[in-house]
Amino acid sequence: MLSSADISALLLSLQLAFVSTLCLLLLGTPLAWWLAVSRSKARPLVDALVALPLVLPPTVLGFYLLVALGPEGPLGSLLQAAGFGPLAFTFGGLVLGSIVYSLPFVVQPLRDAFAAVGHRPLEVAATLGAAPVDRFMTIALPLARRGFLTAAVLGFAHTLGEFGVVLMIGGNIPGETRVASIAIYDHVESLNYAGAQSLSLILIALSFALLLAIYALNKPPRVLPS
Amino acid sequence: MKTNLQNLWLAVAGTLLCMPVIAGEVRVAVAGNFYLPAQALVAEYERQSGERVVLINGSTGKLYAQIQQGAPFDILLAADTERPRLLEEAGQVVKGSRFTYALGQLVLWSSDAELGLADGVVLKDGSFTRLAIANPKLAPYGRAAEQTLSNLGLWEAVAPKLVRGESVTQAWQFAASGNAQLGLIALSQAQGSGSFWLIPAELYEPVEQQAVLLTDADESQRFYRFLRSVEAAAIIRSYGYRVLQSGE
Repeated sequence: MLSSADISALLLSLQLAFVSTLCLLLLGTPLAWWLAVSRSKARPLVDALVALPLVLPPTVLGFYLLVALGPEGPLGSLLQAAGFGPLAFTFGGLVLGSIVYSLPFVVQPLRDAFAAVGHRPLEVAATLGAAPVDRFMTIALPLARRGFLTAAVLGFAHTLGEFGVVLMIGGNIPGETRVASIAIYDHVESLNYAGAQSLSLILIALSFALLLAIYALNKPPRVLPS
Repeated sequence: MKTNLQNLWLAVAGTLLCMPVIAGEVRVAVAGNFYLPAQALVAEYERQSGERVVLINGSTGKLYAQIQQGAPFDILLAADTERPRLLEEAGQVVKGSRFTYALGQLVLWSSDAELGLADGVVLKDGSFTRLAIANPKLAPYGRAAEQTLSNLGLWEAVAPKLVRGESVTQAWQFAASGNAQLGLIALSQAQGSGSFWLIPAELYEPVEQQAVLLTDADESQRFYRFLRSVEAAAIIRSYGYRVLQSGE
């Protein structure tokens, strides 16, 4: 049913979603924490910036990334000065694009989860002599774990469905930047509707299973064991 | 007063309801690479005739799928011969209306005006990291690029350096932004900036772009006849295309 090129595209999509989600959780956690606890005047500004990819058409993001990554662009010249090769048309470039594209889907659930934990448990821990890092690791993180689950699944699923950004900066290279959504687009454009359908169905099933998992696992909080 | 207001509402509602069917408007679906010349053609036609022509820009594949699903277009200016032929076979075009309105020419292009591209030597010495082409599976210019590289005996050698745009427009974007140093694109896109080498015509099959008439309303017929005129041919040529017949 699926050609080997389609399977490779699907695997690449999964790989991209996995790597991007991992990066997003690492980068997003401190950012979300800051957004949840900061009283800085800059907070609304950062909140708005984080939410921006929700509103912007992916082609706009992709177009600006393409321009920025060019040898004359701000990111491209910076990367080259730092000794990195050009990022456009590489897997690394797609990861960068996905991080921007899926940022709100990871940061917002984390921020809300941290905010729901509130100051109280942390203050109590502080009075008991727990250091800031200790408080974060043993109080905030475990209490916000449902937020992490939501963030990870949403980030993963959103990256899996990414199309516009990849189309703009990918260059359709098999095994490197030709992800499933691009392969589907190719099939549709070349009138191979059967190929488009089998790949689309798999993507739909996969996304549905992911979303089902998040709603099934996200049970109401149990009473924590003492 | 009340009746006046009611009349106003009726007029507004009537206008809104009737908007999609403004009489005399011709809808022309046009493949991306021909969008600029199509705009020039429409401007000239509107100036002469006082009629209105609306352009819908898209890739030939998408436009074809939309027409199959009943999109309200009057004329299709495709980037290839295949989709117009398929529409003709499906009985979705006015009989005998399919004709080649332009022959696209392929160039090797760089946004760097200083780069010497003559005879494509740069392709052989491999002093570039990325070469942008349109996807050969999707776009006629991509097919022409593949044929050119094969005929030069370079397809295997440059394959790892290829990046594929979904259309020749995107291939141009990749090269214009500098992310790809070189691009095999349409002459119509290369005019006016950078440096280019016009690929010898014997290296690839002609990129024939065909048009079909989808409805036979009088307005559509009139614009269709204009497209086949000597005047239109001159405009099309000025954008870097060749034209087979110079009107009827």
